[in-house]
Amino acid sequence: MKMNRRETLKSLLLAPLAAGAATAGCATGAPVNWTELPREYSYGRTEAERQRDRELFAESYFSEHELVTIAVLCDIILPSDHPNGGALDAGLPDFVEFIVKDRETLKLPVRGGIAWLDSYAVAEFGADFVNIDEPQRLSICDRIAWPDVEDPVLQPGIRFFSLMRDLTLTGYYTTGQGFRDLGYQGNVANVWDGVPAEVLARHGLQYEPEWLAKCVDQSRRNIIATWDDDMNLTS
Amino acid sequence: MSTDDTTYDAIVVGSGAGGGMATWRLAQAGLRVALVEAGPWYDPAHDSQRTQFRYPWESPRRGASTRLRPFGDFNACIGGWELDGEPFTTAEGTDFMWWRARMLGGRTNHWGRISLRFGPLDFKRRDIDGLGDNWPIGYEDVKPYYDKVDKLVGVFGTNEGLPNDPDGFFLPPPKPRLHEMYYIRGARSAGVPVFPARKSILTKRINDERGVCVYCRQCDRACSLHADFSSSTVLIYPAVASGRVDVYTNTMVRKVDTSPDGSATGVSCIDRGNRRELRINGRSVVLAASACSTARILLNSISARHGSGLGNSSGHVGRYLHDSTGASRAAFLPELMDRDVYNEDGVGGMHVYTPWWLEGANLNFARGYHLEIGGGMGMPSYGFGFAANQYKEFLGERVGGYGNGLRDDVRRFYGSRLSIACRGESVPQYGNYCELDPDVVDEWGIPVLRFDYRWTEQEINQARHMQDTMEELLEASGGILLGDKPGPERQYGLTQPGEIIHEVGTTRMGDDPATSVTNRYGQLHDAGNVFVADAGTFVSQADKNPTWTILALAWRTSDYIVEQMQQRNL
Ligand SMILES: Cc1cc2nc3c(=O)[nH]c(=O)nc-3n(C[C@H](O)[C@H](O)[C@H](O)COP(=O)(O)OP(=O)(O)OC[C@H]3O[C@@H](n4cnc5c(N)ncnc54)[C@H](O)[C@@H]3O)c2cc1C
Ligand code: SF4
Repeated sequence: MKMNRRETLKSLLLAPLAAGAATAGCATGAPVNWTELPREYSYGRTEAERQRDRELFAESYFSEHELVTIAVLCDIILPSDHPNGGALDAGLPDFVEFIVKDRETLKLPVRGGIAWLDSYAVAEFGADFVNIDEPQRLSICDRIAWPDVEDPVLQPGIRFFSLMRDLTLTGYYTTGQGFRDLGYQGNVANVWDGVPAEVLARHGLQYEPEWLAKCVDQSRRNIIATWDDDMNLTS
Repeated sequence: MSTDDTTYDAIVVGSGAGGGMATWRLAQAGLRVALVEAGPWYDPAHDSQRTQFRYPWESPRRGASTRLRPFGDFNACIGGWELDGEPFTTAEGTDFMWWRARMLGGRTNHWGRISLRFGPLDFKRRDIDGLGDNWPIGYEDVKPYYDKVDKLVGVFGTNEGLPNDPDGFFLPPPKPRLHEMYYIRGARSAGVPVFPARKSILTKRINDERGVCVYCRQCDRACSLHADFSSSTVLIYPAVASGRVDVYTNTMVRKVDTSPDGSATGVSCIDRGNRRELRINGRSVVLAASACSTARILLNSISARHGSGLGNSSGHVGRYLHDSTGASRAAFLPELMDRDVYNEDGVGGMHVYTPWWLEGANLNFARGYHLEIGGGMGMPSYGFGFAANQYKEFLGERVGGYGNGLRDDVRRFYGSRLSIACRGESVPQYGNYCELDPDVVDEWGIPVLRFDYRWTEQEINQARHMQDTMEELLEASGGILLGDKPGPERQYGLTQPGEIIHEVGTTRMGDDPATSVTNRYGQLHDAGNVFVADAGTFVSQADKNPTWTILALAWRTSDYIVEQMQQRNL
């Protein structure tokens, strides 16, 4: 059976990665959700933009090993054992792959970072990062997840982990799951009528009456504006 | 070469603020108008071009910027800092950033909508500080046009009776957001005034054609309800509906053609679609391609009669190019941690601002600046979540980590940032200019612009003052300052020339043809039927953004054209 890349990755993640690996690549064992990135845009793209994105989708930059490593890291950073879902539920590896191809300056740091991680894992535990067991992986992460660590040997790993944390969080919080997790409520037609009173009160603030008097009366927003000659709104 | 047989009463070049207004007014007065625009037709209300109300996941890069969309994947601007096939150059040792839009409506599709009248002092700065030059006109000349623009276009704001930030025919402003309330309190305690912002966004209906704002905070994506000002939606569509306007899109003007007597007969263009040359005939030409592009067209319009370019007998075309100054700073507001989350989008950009408040104070720089306030619980897009828990440093907690705790950090710090951006007036210099680069042409064979622009002590000292002000106000608002305060080694964080995207001054107006390019109506001294209707005519830029003045002056110039035609002077 011929598998496409996506299926290959999926099976790699769900099956033990190599002889001796104790767990699946996915730290929590949660199913991986390969949310497809939009390839056809419904919104104002110029031909040059469409062309560029077609090229990006066609380009394969990462090896499968690198993609699996990215998936494993994303999953560690934002695991799926949460009601709002984790990185893998939000299709993070696809996003990371795309954005790295899109932003030239990310290519080397991510590729080199993975290579550093593997060499460190081999030196410490005798196998690539994805082929050591979960406690071993986490023990490496514990060493490189905190930028205040001064050990010079770990600096490349710390930089890389910070970058992966940034990419994972930005990828996650720009999906529906992320919006839910954050509670973001905007991007819909509405009528802004000021900070909710109880919120203002909690902050010990209140609108100045003179200021408020100048603000829009939202019940009259659809009445066509008229003015007197002295620049006073009369509607 | 093909020639359209029509001879238009007016050919308007460029469809941004100035070109849109000229087209609208001239068509309204009954003239036959050709509007020539280098970019494509654009209407954000068409679903195929609408980027408003898109979710970040509709973009594979989640709204990140690209070279083709430098302000993000959903930004409305077709164009940017670089255009393929249309380079520009800079003189050695100088930097200039040049933003160009290539679309119907130009930069007004995604501009900030901050709509400020210049005040009486802004037209007469030389009288006050002895630097630069006065405008040949004053506030009283422009006021009637500001009034008309307010009513036609719609702008929210408040009448505060300020001496140099004039009142207007305003729509009522939206209420401040929470971070803006912190800013108001902080500014008040520091003795710095704050007022509702002034923006061309319809908080109230002004006619039956355009919608009313529904508070999505996405004016930079262009409004599908046509509830904010874009030249296309507000001016050009109605003008086209009059039946008196032909719009030539994707048509790049190369030069203005002139007859042996020196007056204009039309424009030579190239159709970008098929690369064919096209000539359009007209009794008058109104240039509004943006200040630098207009200068470029004039400089390229060389003829026996206009040996150094059209309108350039004074050698002043391209001279006195100036941009606003800028600097910015941000702070973390601990009081905004763990916020209640509600829809706080509001209108695109700020609801409150601080106009220049130190007029006449004894300072080591001459011109003022205003403050633009940023913050709030915006929609996440690429970049959201970077350095997610960096503010923990200020709480004595450890930064970094992984796992579900990061979610708590993200929520905890969401919307806890307050930022200020300063926008100031620079002193125009004869020595800051753009000219044709003799060595480089664009893909249409038109010589490109070369920029030579340096800031002076005036701007650098002003930026230093901006930094002190921002620190004071952010701290007074309860903020913990982020990043370092830039010092002299970085010119106090002063933006690069061009970076604020307020290019003005390249064809300045004046009564003396030896030191100016146009007269007080934007009419070339050297060719009576050629006019400039963009910010090229500005003698000085004021501590305000330029567009409301571009609109007012373009209307004034158009009235003058109509009058001159009626009197058979054109
Ligand atoms: C991000 C951003 C925010 C801004 N915010 C504000 C703000 O809040 N307040 C404010 O007052 N101003 C703001 N501005 C500035 C404002 O957009 C400009 O002042 C205004 O659009 C200038 O209008 P214009 O008519 O001179 O030129 P433009 O709007 O630049 O339009 C010029 C048009 O001419 C066309 N053109 C150029 N060359 C040729 C040619 N050779 N042949 C044919 N067509 C040509 C271009 O394609 C373009 O469409 C902002 C700008 C940007 C980019
Ligand atoms: S904030 Fe208002 S005016 Fe701006 S795009 Fe949204 S609905 Fe339109």
